[in-house]
Amino acid sequence: MNLYDLTIHELKDKLNKGETTVAEIRKAFADRIAAVEDKVKSYLTLTDDLAAKNAAKYEEKKDELLAGIPIAIKDNISTEAIKTSCASKVLENYKPPFNSTVVDKLDAAGALIIGKTNMDEFAMGSSTENSAFFNTNNPWNLNHAPGGSSGGSAAAVAAGECAAALGSDTGGSIRQPASYCGVVGLKLTYGMVSRYGLVAFASSLDQIGPITKDVEDCAIMTNVITGYDEKDSTSVADKAEDYRKYLKEDVSGMKIGIPEEYFNLDFDQEVKDSVLAAVKELEKAGAEVETVHITDAAYALAAYYIIGPAEASSNLARYDGVRYGLRSEEADDVRSMFFNTRSEGFGDEVKRRIVIGTYALSSGYYDAYYLKAQKVRTLIKDDFDRIFNDFDLIVTPTAPTTAIELGTKSDPLEMYYTDIFTVPINIAGVPAMSIPCGFDSNNMPIGLQLIGPHFGEGKIIQAAYTLEKILDLKDKRAEL
Amino acid sequence: MSTKYETVIGLEVHVQLSTKSKIFCGCSTEFGKAPNINTCPVCLGLPGSLPVLNKKVVDYAMLAGMALSCDIAEYSKFDRKNYFYPDLAKAYQISQFDLPIAENGNIEIETDNGIFNIGVTRVHLEEDAGKLVHEGSIDKSEASLVDYNRSGVPLIEIVSEPDIRTPAQAKAYLTELKLILEYLEISDCNMEEGSLRCDANVSLRPEGQKEFGTKAELKNMNSFSAVEKGLEYEVKRQQKLLDEGQVVVQETRTWDEDLNKTISMRGKEEAHDYRYFPDPDLLPLEINQSWKKEIRERLPELPREKYKRFISEFSLPAYDAGVITGNREMAEFFETVLKDYNDPKNISNWMMGEFLRLLNENNEGPYDSGVSPENLSKMLKMIDEDVISGKIAKKVFEIMYESGKDPEKIVEEEGLKQISDEDELESLVDQIIAANPDAVEDIKNGKDRAIGFLVGQIMKETRGKANPGLVNQMLRDKLMD
Repeated sequence: MNLYDLTIHELKDKLNKGETTVAEIRKAFADRIAAVEDKVKSYLTLTDDLAAKNAAKYEEKKDELLAGIPIAIKDNISTEAIKTSCASKVLENYKPPFNSTVVDKLDAAGALIIGKTNMDEFAMGSSTENSAFFNTNNPWNLNHAPGGSSGGSAAAVAAGECAAALGSDTGGSIRQPASYCGVVGLKLTYGMVSRYGLVAFASSLDQIGPITKDVEDCAIMTNVITGYDEKDSTSVADKAEDYRKYLKEDVSGMKIGIPEEYFNLDFDQEVKDSVLAAVKELEKAGAEVETVHITDAAYALAAYYIIGPAEASSNLARYDGVRYGLRSEEADDVRSMFFNTRSEGFGDEVKRRIVIGTYALSSGYYDAYYLKAQKVRTLIKDDFDRIFNDFDLIVTPTAPTTAIELGTKSDPLEMYYTDIFTVPINIAGVPAMSIPCGFDSNNMPIGLQLIGPHFGEGKIIQAAYTLEKILDLKDKRAEL
Repeated sequence: MSTKYETVIGLEVHVQLSTKSKIFCGCSTEFGKAPNINTCPVCLGLPGSLPVLNKKVVDYAMLAGMALSCDIAEYSKFDRKNYFYPDLAKAYQISQFDLPIAENGNIEIETDNGIFNIGVTRVHLEEDAGKLVHEGSIDKSEASLVDYNRSGVPLIEIVSEPDIRTPAQAKAYLTELKLILEYLEISDCNMEEGSLRCDANVSLRPEGQKEFGTKAELKNMNSFSAVEKGLEYEVKRQQKLLDEGQVVVQETRTWDEDLNKTISMRGKEEAHDYRYFPDPDLLPLEINQSWKKEIRERLPELPREKYKRFISEFSLPAYDAGVITGNREMAEFFETVLKDYNDPKNISNWMMGEFLRLLNENNEGPYDSGVSPENLSKMLKMIDEDVISGKIAKKVFEIMYESGKDPEKIVEEEGLKQISDEDELESLVDQIIAANPDAVEDIKNGKDRAIGFLVGQIMKETRGKANPGLVNQMLRDKLMD
């Protein structure tokens, strides 16, 4: 195997044994990017200078979890003095004067941050086609989307353009592209990872999380990025653990719920078969599998498309041309500066959600939309809590289909539907992981979603690790 | 016959809290720094920055709420008030909408027409916005600059019930509110620096009518007298409209200090829809009993209580009690002097007279001066014990104010001790009698006033040190037996 195909733990192993060097690793990934980036287009910005800085510190940091490991970061995660555009024209040349907390943590762990990845503008989208700059292509089939919104991160991992990456997940934006690209993606319990420096889309739903080649890497990345941060009031204290202790092949006695209402939805038969086959494997390995009943996911999707846009309409109001980012050239007073900057700076999907959110919060409509959506949210959370009183995990598909073809979903509602299995998880604030469970007849990867209770990341990792061993798919790579 | 109208006024007062750091970040709140020095990613609203609540701000708001006799919320939260303006870094202000930190209070005020109780609807926390700086005047300016030093400075907004009936009551309400906040030491309450700002809602209704008339909101009143003048103008304006059979339009009006009138800013139709919703970046604020208890224990005696006690306990005239308790430090100073010197009226005379005059001249508070309460009581005793005269005492006091020296030492160093020894004065008295035969003749002819002239001569010779009572007695003994 090439160095760029290796996982974090495999690279660490080679470094520790003296079988490779940081310089070799850097070169391998740089060469790989040079070879395939034209086809995949994962990155908005390459940050070789930044990687070089930590590479030089390898000796002092070599005991850290990510010392010498090339990591990519989604472009909505602030990096000091490095463009953080959120794939939007409005922030095209914006360079934050500070690092997000996760970037500081990666830096402290010795990671080589090699680039900022493409995404749907402000993380709004499910195919990365909403990037203001260019599409990213799925490494398994370049005519297909990598999913979104963390499509650049998932594609970069799948294409061997980095060892692992960070994404952000508001309604499935880590898990759905992980599923499309055949890699592992984890959305943690809300509050587990500091949001400080993550450019907000929907503050009560956003969580940063890892996208990796296997479950062990996911545990390593989770170790690095979790933990209380006094700069984020919604961050949780005293819950982070050493997740590597859950890397055990053992699901005996684990109770897994299969939500009937989700599996009854109209979605791809190959996906359904593949997920259910994987569940059978878990059952054979000793898990107790039972059907459970859950609130119709359509309600979660409806609540999500009120709460997300409502928060976004407020979070994105600051892009007004006054302080940073784009300022329209066409303005002749304050009002036209606001109007023109925002008209020119935002893409259609962002505008659509701002309009929806503004409407939902308007006086006279607040109770009917925002307040009702919040009530639905409470019911959905209660529903998951109820199930997790009796079950350790819930299994669903990550997405209703494998990766969609680029340019085929022009109806926004159809696109929203691709998040039907992932959105309820953010609404409930619980953790969930997507791991590869098979391939469809077109050789496109299929993702299985493992959902856990609040702070149940350990259980998820353990079941995922077990399943990964059984299915033995983790060394399968896209051919480019 | 024109209808008689009743004025209805409600006030919204914004007060900057004097915490060292801002409400949601660690930046300094210091006033007067170079533009945009006191800023960070949080108060500049940079993408990805997050607010973290400053606990001290909550403490201060609770103090204010308690001092205004409010109920303190057990569960409160922060909401976003969304609107676009260049000085608003995030394009929303973090404020409190439906669950303010304190509600249902009141303030007792006193005017020439009596004592009134004005309801306080609510006290809520919010962050201040930055400030626009225009080149030249706003309408002719080619460019505007923004200074975000003020962005994120903690504010409380205190909203009154529409209980105020006259501009004079409004002024009294503001004066009392300012005094309470100064007693709590939670704000500088400086209207010129903008640390206290007042908006007013004004309407008229026919006397006896329950429903409110249409109100106008008044802004930009930058001093207490501007509030009074602005309200007076607005009441007259509305009265005139109604008398002429016209209607008052609901609108926001601004007080123009130079033109001495209110001018329409925007109508009801242009009012914002702020789209309030709970700020997802902040946790709800839960205030338990022990936190409340801790803050309640910090509550000082409030100005109204102190004022009443000074009248009842020390028999001070209401005017004196008002002046002395009109400043927390003055009141404290007064009570400290009183520990060693039990003549409240004499203390208040000195404090309201010489002391206040010098403090005002130097623009200082009592503890900034050289006069300590101990030394003041010592000096007052020296007057009572005839060590110095009242006149000399003024001189001693001035030296004490400048130098901070002990009055006894001042008297000794400056040789100001009163001469109360008959033997010492005997020859001088004789000299003056001999030198003023006309006055002596007048006295012998029953013109008592001439004694005063002779006393004056002796005081002059001794540069004020002679005990005037003793000199008077000696002259009488010698001339009028």
